[in-house]
Amino acid sequence: MDRRLFLKTLTGSACSLAAHPLMTTVTLAASDGSAPLGDHRLVVVILRGAMDGLDLLRPTGDPLFAGYRPTLSGPQDPDLTGYFSLNPTLEGLMPLWRAGQLGFVQATSTPYRDQRSHFDGQDILEAGTGLDVPDASVRDGWLNRMLQSVPGLRAQTAFAIGTQSAPVLQGPAPVSNWQPDLRLDLSAQSRLLLDHIYHDDALFREAATEAVSLTESIDLSRTDGMASPPAGGPLADTDRLTDFAAQRLRQDTRIAAFSLSGWDTHRNQQGGITPPLRRLERVVLRLAEQLGPQIWDKTLLLAMTEFGRTVAENGSKGTDHGTGGTMLMAGGALNGGRVLGQWPGLEEAALYERRDLMPTSDVRAWAAWAMRGMYGFDRHLLESSIFPGLTLGDDPGLLA
Amino acid sequence: MTQDSTTAAFRFGYGLPLPANAPTEPASMLAALRGSDSMATTYPGPQMADLTETLLRADASLRTSRRATGEAAKIARQDYRQAIARLEGVTLLAAKTTIARALDAPDGLRERLVQFWADHFTTVARARRDSPLPATMVEEAIRPHVTDRFADMLKAVVQHPAMLGYLDQSASFGPNSRIGQRRSKGLNENLAREVLELHTVGSGHTQEDVTQMAELLTGLTVGKKGPTFDPRRAEPGPESVLGTTYDGDDLTAVLKALDDLAEHPATAAHLARKLAVHFVSDQPNADLVQALTDAWRNSGGDLLAVTESLLTQPAAWSRQQAKARQPFDFTVSALRALGLDGADVMRMADDPFRQMILQPMAAMGQPWQRPPGPDGWPEAAEHWITPEAMAARITWAMDMPSRLVNPLPAPEALMTRALGANLGERLAWAVPKSENIREAVGLVLASPEFNRR
Repeated sequence: MDRRLFLKTLTGSACSLAAHPLMTTVTLAASDGSAPLGDHRLVVVILRGAMDGLDLLRPTGDPLFAGYRPTLSGPQDPDLTGYFSLNPTLEGLMPLWRAGQLGFVQATSTPYRDQRSHFDGQDILEAGTGLDVPDASVRDGWLNRMLQSVPGLRAQTAFAIGTQSAPVLQGPAPVSNWQPDLRLDLSAQSRLLLDHIYHDDALFREAATEAVSLTESIDLSRTDGMASPPAGGPLADTDRLTDFAAQRLRQDTRIAAFSLSGWDTHRNQQGGITPPLRRLERVVLRLAEQLGPQIWDKTLLLAMTEFGRTVAENGSKGTDHGTGGTMLMAGGALNGGRVLGQWPGLEEAALYERRDLMPTSDVRAWAAWAMRGMYGFDRHLLESSIFPGLTLGDDPGLLA
Repeated sequence: MTQDSTTAAFRFGYGLPLPANAPTEPASMLAALRGSDSMATTYPGPQMADLTETLLRADASLRTSRRATGEAAKIARQDYRQAIARLEGVTLLAAKTTIARALDAPDGLRERLVQFWADHFTTVARARRDSPLPATMVEEAIRPHVTDRFADMLKAVVQHPAMLGYLDQSASFGPNSRIGQRRSKGLNENLAREVLELHTVGSGHTQEDVTQMAELLTGLTVGKKGPTFDPRRAEPGPESVLGTTYDGDDLTAVLKALDDLAEHPATAAHLARKLAVHFVSDQPNADLVQALTDAWRNSGGDLLAVTESLLTQPAAWSRQQAKARQPFDFTVSALRALGLDGADVMRMADDPFRQMILQPMAAMGQPWQRPPGPDGWPEAAEHWITPEAMAARITWAMDMPSRLVNPLPAPEALMTRALGANLGERLAWAVPKSENIREAVGLVLASPEFNRR
């Protein structure tokens, strides 16, 4: 590792920054404006465990809804459209809704049908293939295939964050991975000595240099005065995750992906879904705060899940694996304040297999329109390589 | 410590210091491989037969808990949780066993070969009930065959419940078979595709070969009593794979095809290269690959002959440490350097074992038995030595030794003991300059020469 970088990180002095190869490339990219993906930031959140879209976005205007869901609907839910209302745990998102920075797609799903396995469902969601079974020959995720079509990317352009891997972003295109709870608590002397022993081995030298710079940058973000300190308690991990994502996105990262789990609410859902909803709300609000208005305006977050859950509550006040689900969208780049997608209705005959919400759109199409709107990808590329077999359909005008 | 014994320990074993009586040159290493597998009896591994009852109990109680109500459902749920806890206990014990064997084995090469082939035939548990299945497959289908013909291993793997479940063979039906017709079920090509693409020839096959292979494999499934061939699921008629026709809708035809695939020239070339990449270099020497290919072809895929060829090639003894130790390899080598043995690991309580061994391995990028796909773990050093993984390796090196051993070993002695002839000048200069013993030990374990092999 370069001695001067260690010294820099020890003293916090910025004067030797330019000597650090990594920092130099960042500076250059920023100054000549040649960042291959432009200014837009795309954040993809995979909600693992099958998030109950009908509980997040409640069709309280449908007279059948309360009957299906005796313990999972309330008259006091915050109203969104007169027909749909928001789960009250997410009330903190209402200002974003009113500002047009929050939106939903209801009754959407991947092409996956019938088996309702988390494992296969997540495989298909992240691989972005057009089949209703996992395609073993596709080993990269759709976000990575998007990156593969962009020349001149650096690993820093896209970040998979968190201890759970994010297959949606993995593949041949260069991607960085980071766990925000990784720390490198090294004494000054250890840093100098590590610098010395890695000096002749480029692979170790560069990896360790960047590890130090990443762990340092997180600490810096805490003292830069623009953000409130991270929460303690149950949201601490969420804050660390979000703060790290925001910190990268403020710099040269354009794509971030991570996952939130805990959505598999087979029993006592009202209590069980509250913690993951709080985490999701926190991610959105804190990301907006940490990015600041200028970058938030260029940002779109898509939160998607492997499939929805049964329309009716089961015998233990929960819901079981279903089909059609809901995608949440947020960001200053969003033309929001809308619930998109065609509503299939809740009459028994309108349900998929008489139990699940009927999917009326392919969740990949919304992601594809977002990518097209933000980065200008060619329609054919989206329909053939990034999402094989997808038909994009009409432009839903996702971007503000 | 000579350069060659150091290389033997790093490249063909789990590092230094070598256990007593460890062979370090080709002839004695091969003799050890030909001898008995002492570790299999010292630390026995999981067997499918011991799990069957618990698996059946888990499945039955899960079904009951979904159907029943009230007290019956509650009891069934309890029963299910107990069964799962027992299965997960077996899985954790198997992880300890794998590490204990790697630490104690006088013939470290056997353990390394088991790891290599286990990765080649990757399976991942797709549900909590399946958690011990991958380790069971390694025990029953991989380990006994690392010095046999490759065909024997291939046939054992393809008939093991772990593989049949992981790659969906149990969900594949001949469209014209009795069950296929009655229930309108069809082929699932997953296992057929991977047998060709990953496990044997690697390339040169067509989609038609995959479809034909899938039709040929129909009938293989997991029944109540274990793996079986059910003729009612088998696609009738002959199948042609890579130009050879296999007639007969029975297990014999399947095994014949696997025998042929194991000896196919493309399999020889594919696996020769894979072995060279795994053991020696991400960019292996062409002569080495050719020698391994020839050994495979001349011996009909005899793995002992192929291993002999690997050990007797000059390129296999180059002193350059071209590979990165994968996190499992790093962890075992670090435990060994710190003086822990197999019994120490077997004695560890479950929570410390998770915190000090399994979770750090995941942070370094290699969660135990959860590779990203059926193609197993990547080989390239660049994949393992990333900023994220280096943060985890350095942190482990600095923090964990003092939790594992007390007192810490003297750093300069550790440096020589753990690195032998691979110790470089920069590390030798730096270690004595550490502020304290904890950081000095950390430097040794975080060094390039310790993290490469």
